Formats: sequence, structure tokens, C-alpha cells
Amino acid sequence: MAMLDTPTLKENIDQETVDKVRALDVDKYKYGFETLIESDVAPKGLNEDIVRMISAKKEEPEWMLEWRLEAFRRWQTMEEPSWAKVSYPKIDFQEISYYAAPKTTAGPKSLAEVDPELLATYEKLGIPLKEQEILAGVEGATGETATPYGGNVAVDAVFDSVSVVTTFREELAKHGIIFCSISEAVREHPELVKKYLGSVVPVTDNYYATLNSAVFTDGSFVFIPKGVRCPMELSTYFRINEKNTGQFERTLIIAEEESYVSYLEGCTAPMRDENQLHAAVVELVALDDAEIKYSTVQNWYPGDKNGKGGIYNFVTKRGDCRGHRSKISWTQVETGSAITWKYPSCILRGDESRGEFYSIAISNGHQQIDSGTKMRHLGKNTTSRIISKGIAAGFSDNTYRGLVSAHAKAKGARNFTQCDSLLIGDKCGAHTVPYIESHNSSAVFEHEATTSKISDDQMFYCQQRGLSEEEAVALIVNGFVRDVLQQLPMEFMVETQKLISISLEGSVG
Amino acid sequence: MTTPILEVRDLHVRVEDKDILKGVNLVLPPGEVHAIMGRNGSGKSTLSYVLAGKEDYEITGGDILLDGESILEMEPDERAAAGLFLAFQYPVEVPGVATMTFLKAAINAQRKARGEAEVTTPEFMRLVKDAGSRLNIDSAMLKRPLNVGFSGGEKKRAEILQMELLQPKLCVMDETDSGLDIDALQVVANGVNSMRSSERSMLVITHYQRLLNHIVPDVVHVFSDGKVVESGDKSLALELEAKGYAAYEKDVA
Repeated sequence: MAMLDTPTLKENIDQETVDKVRALDVDKYKYGFETLIESDVAPKGLNEDIVRMISAKKEEPEWMLEWRLEAFRRWQTMEEPSWAKVSYPKIDFQEISYYAAPKTTAGPKSLAEVDPELLATYEKLGIPLKEQEILAGVEGATGETATPYGGNVAVDAVFDSVSVVTTFREELAKHGIIFCSISEAVREHPELVKKYLGSVVPVTDNYYATLNSAVFTDGSFVFIPKGVRCPMELSTYFRINEKNTGQFERTLIIAEEESYVSYLEGCTAPMRDENQLHAAVVELVALDDAEIKYSTVQNWYPGDKNGKGGIYNFVTKRGDCRGHRSKISWTQVETGSAITWKYPSCILRGDESRGEFYSIAISNGHQQIDSGTKMRHLGKNTTSRIISKGIAAGFSDNTYRGLVSAHAKAKGARNFTQCDSLLIGDKCGAHTVPYIESHNSSAVFEHEATTSKISDDQMFYCQQRGLSEEEAVALIVNGFVRDVLQQLPMEFMVETQKLISISLEGSVG
Repeated sequence: MTTPILEVRDLHVRVEDKDILKGVNLVLPPGEVHAIMGRNGSGKSTLSYVLAGKEDYEITGGDILLDGESILEMEPDERAAAGLFLAFQYPVEVPGVATMTFLKAAINAQRKARGEAEVTTPEFMRLVKDAGSRLNIDSAMLKRPLNVGFSGGEKKRAEILQMELLQPKLCVMDETDSGLDIDALQVVANGVNSMRSSERSMLVITHYQRLLNHIVPDVVHVFSDGKVVESGDKSLALELEAKGYAAYEKDVA
């Protein structure tokens, strides 16, 4: 009877579906506008002078410049990694400009001083920037306005290389929370930056992280003091606008003992024929009993239907559960970029600390994704959980690559990993590459993986009930990623569901 | 003369160079329930899929009219919005999508296609509660992903629930009795009978006569080798049960 009730799923999708997939139109990128604002751009190329220029533009202290130069010298001796399952023409690092700043952002005193194009850009991005006066830095304006998301969200917006606005700062300051751009933190809170910057992702960590250390231009800095539960979502929006610029942002979040913070980053870029480079570093530090929840909705321009253009996204994200019973949770929704190379990881140093990684990675057109996580169990009774949902459509390649390791001292370490892949069409690929290293006999690691296809039978069933092909795909995919969607902050869940539908537009019909 | 809800005219269908339907003719006037009986492989299920517009079937001749309009060029979702419903023999699993979510998406998709306003949440809840209680479907079942881990009876009841909520003009039921025990069969049949109306037609496909004790048809058609070989009133089903299909197949030959 059970046999009878199980529908037979077809192994091969018929020719018409394939044709439709082929005809898919990824040019419908919603965020592909370019903002025409005057900007201050560094000459192309990278050398010590450029590093000095960036440091000088940011009015950095000497120690910061030295830190950058050391990274730059190191970077010159390094090789680009080639182990990921992605292919792209060799990047000419001398053809990129390493600094671009909107000209009008130097401390606007009134709304009139802010470039209207910039404000229009925020509107198009749908950034919760109702409080545009506050954003523009108008003196005395408070951040009490409700955002379109219905809750309070403090925002730091990074435009090309510069953080242009940070909202709700006064409100946060009442709790002793620091939320500002990293450039500002270098100047205003050098003791914290010196103590923590590079302590999770060392300057020498990997090719892109080292490059970032030399030329990082901006990003967000968050400090949550002991015992404080951050009263609102903190959020950063990154946008690459200038042609031929790289964006190298640096984010540092420190949660002191018994504190909590939920942070969300969003990314968009205009449509361009050339590939743009994005190499960010994110470092998280959680002390005893602290919790950091970090969510990403990455929607960089993925390139057109022929694979032309798009962002190369080479990102190093790592969280250090430095304290006992600390917890770091990564949630990512990856829909954009031509190439994604990204492994948000957790170092489970404190005893009984916990790491989580929830991922939805959608590739369409000619996108290539090689993403996953690392869970390094160092402390006793540490636990981790990995739920990865990869959806491949069009001609894309979607790889999950993950490492779970247990140190000899990590007694009682436990991991649960689940990797599910969903294929739409038959010209795309899904791959799962799990690495497990256990040096402790008491460690228990579980791994489950599945690969499935949206079957013609599922499509027909949904359509028979009245859903169009696109509605059916969106419904099935949203069902497939449900476990991960539930991890996102409520305010962003609905938006993400829509984004998933948009990303898969044209993938079947 | 009133326009039939469904009219199938000399329908020929081929799958991978094999002729499956070889000239099917059917006329279902409003309010009538017709049964199609035939042995496995006679083309009954193919007929139901072709009516609903499944791909992979090549129509080599004939026509299908719904309310007097040809639907051959319509997509499955357009046919659904036009009022055609197929209760599947093997309802498909949709993991991660709560039955409730699916029901609402289906109702709204059809309303949208017809240019009607979306169903409000209170209205939807009331509709589901009413129909669900008649079919012994509780809210716990509606929260589960559609058809995932459903028993045979639950799947068939969920199909009839969808049929009630969507209020189609034409209900095509493909082997709705398969996998049902006597009690479940009674519940499903009651659901179907409660939907009989002068504005709706039903096509009941089965190879057992027992379903027709519960859903009593106005006309019975015997299907063999891709076409209707005999039609009659409900007594034909009993006769068929007694004599077996072979008797009718010989008539043709």
C-alpha cells in the first residue's frame, strides 16, 4: 500500500522544461540601477601608496596603517586559492580601484546637503530608511520612527567604500551599545579595535582576507557591553556602485558576557558588464554566555543570462565562541553574485558553546556557488548544527563544502549536519563535499544529505489546482527551504520569500 | 438544448508512438454523474490526464470542450481556473508546504485568474473548517505538509477537500476508491455526493463496481482499448461485474 501511494518521480525533465530553463531571463535583476553621484575614486591598481592613501582618507592612526601595510606585504607573497569548484578568468588586481566614496558624505549638516540621488537610492533599495533626516545626519533628529518592517531596525549603510549613515545611534548609546562604521571605531574606540580586529580572522588567514586587511575601506562595528540585550535588530546595507571598484568591507561584532545581538546584512549592486570584486571579512566574538545571531541576505548582481558581468564574492566570515556557553548562529540567504566563495564558520572554543549555520543558496543562470561552513570543536561538550539548502537552476553550479572537526580536548562534541539539494532542470549541478576530522572518540557527528528534483508530477499537480508554473516553483522551493527561513528574523522572512521567487523567475516557464 | 459541461469528440491520443486513446466520445450534460469502467491499461487514467492538460501526451485528433469551448490550447492552470478539477489516483507530495498554505494558494490562484478578489483569512478558515468537518479532516492534518506521510485514506480525503473548496464545474475522479477501506470510502463518497448539483458534472473513473454503490452514476461507460465500447445506466456496472470485461471486448472484436 505504501508503494501504491508513493508517486513515481521522473528522473529526467522533458525537453520543453529544458528549453524554458534555457530561455530564462536573469536580466530581471531588480536592483540593477546605477546611481549617478559624484564620487571620489582612487586610481586603479594596488601598491603601498594606495594603502597609505586609503588610511589617510580615513584619518587613521599610525598603528592602523602599519597593520594594513603588514597585510599588504604578506598578500604579495600569497597565491589565489584554487580548490573551490568555481571557474572564472584570472582577476587582474591592478585593474581595480580600491577606494570610492560618494563626494557629498562628509558630515552633512542638513538634508539639503545630501545628494538627492543617494536618498533616491535608499528608497529603491527598500532600506528601512523612513527616517531619512536622521540618516542624513541632521542634528537633533531622533530615530523613533517605525520602519517598513514593522519593528525597529538600526541601519548602517555602506556605499562603495564608505559608511554613509548609521541610524538609532543615540537610542543604542543609552544601553552602552556602540554601532558605527569601522572607520569611526578605529578613530573613536581604538582600544576595542586593537584588541579584537584580526583576532578571529588573522591578517594572514587567506588570500582574500589578507587583501581585505590591507585595503578594507569600511564596514560596521558593533559592541554590546556585558549583560545587555540589544533592543533592536542591527542592520547593514552594502552597495557597490562605482565601476571597476572593489568593495572590501570589514565588520567586527563583539558581544560581551551575557549579552545578545541580532544583526542583518543586505547586499545589492548595479548591473554591469564587467565583473566586480567583493572581498569582505566579518569577525564575531562572543564571550561567556553571549549570543550573536548573524543573518545575511546577499543579492549582489548575478550577471546576465549569458554569464556576463556580476559580482565575484570572496568572503571570509568567522565567529569565535570564545566564552563558555556562548552561541553564534549564521543564517544566510544567497541569491546573487556570479561567483560565491563563502564559508561562515564557528570556532567553538568555550566549553558548552554552540555554533549554528543555516543556509539557503540559490543559483540560476550561470552563477557558481561554493559555500558552506566550518565548525571547529575545541571546547568540551560543544554542539553545532548545520542545515544547508541548495537550489540550482539554469546552467548554475551549486556546491556545499563543509568541515566539522573535533580537537582531542573536545570531549562530548556533537554535530548534526543536513545538506539538501534541489535541482530545477538538467543543465545545473549540485555537489556536496563534507569534510569530517575527529580527534576525539567521544565526538558524535551526524551527516544527512539528499538531492532531489522538482518533478513534472509535482508541477502538474500544483498547476491542476490553479497555480501558474512560477507560482508552483516558488511554492515548492519555499517549502524546501522552510527549515532555514524560520531562522530569519520575522521582519525579513516575507521579504526573503519574495526574493526567492524573483531569483527563480523564468527557471521553468 | 443546454450546452454540456464536458464534451469529448473523437479524441485520439498518442504517447511515445503508441496510440492510447482511439476515438473517445463522451457528453456530460450539467448535473449528470458518469462512470467510466475498464480494466488496467485500457486508457482510463490517460483520459483523465489529457482532460487536465498534462504534458507528454500528443493529441492526434478530436477535441475536448468545457462549457462548449475547446480547452486543448489551455495550460493546466487555465483549465483549473475554468472549472476543471482532477482528483488524482496518486496525490503528489509537496514537502515543507503545509496543506493549509497550499489550499489557500490554490484558491487565490484560481480567483486571481478569474479576476476575483483574494479570499480573506476569516472566510478561508470558515470554508476549510466546514468542508474539513464533513470529511473528518482536523486542523492537525491541515498543518502537515501536503500529502507527506498521509495514509491512503488521508490523501483521498484531502483530494475531496480541495474539490469542495475549489467548487469546480467538472469533477474528474481517477480511481478515488483505490487504497480506501470501507469506512473511508463512505466518508469520501458522502463528500462527493454532497457536491452533486444541477450545475456540476462528474466523471468517476474506477475499475470496481463497489464505488458506484456509494456514488450512484446516471450513465456507465465501459472503456476498452482506448475507447468507449458500451454505455448504459447504472445496471451496466452490475452486469459488467458479473460477466467481466472480456465479454464487452469480444463485442468489439
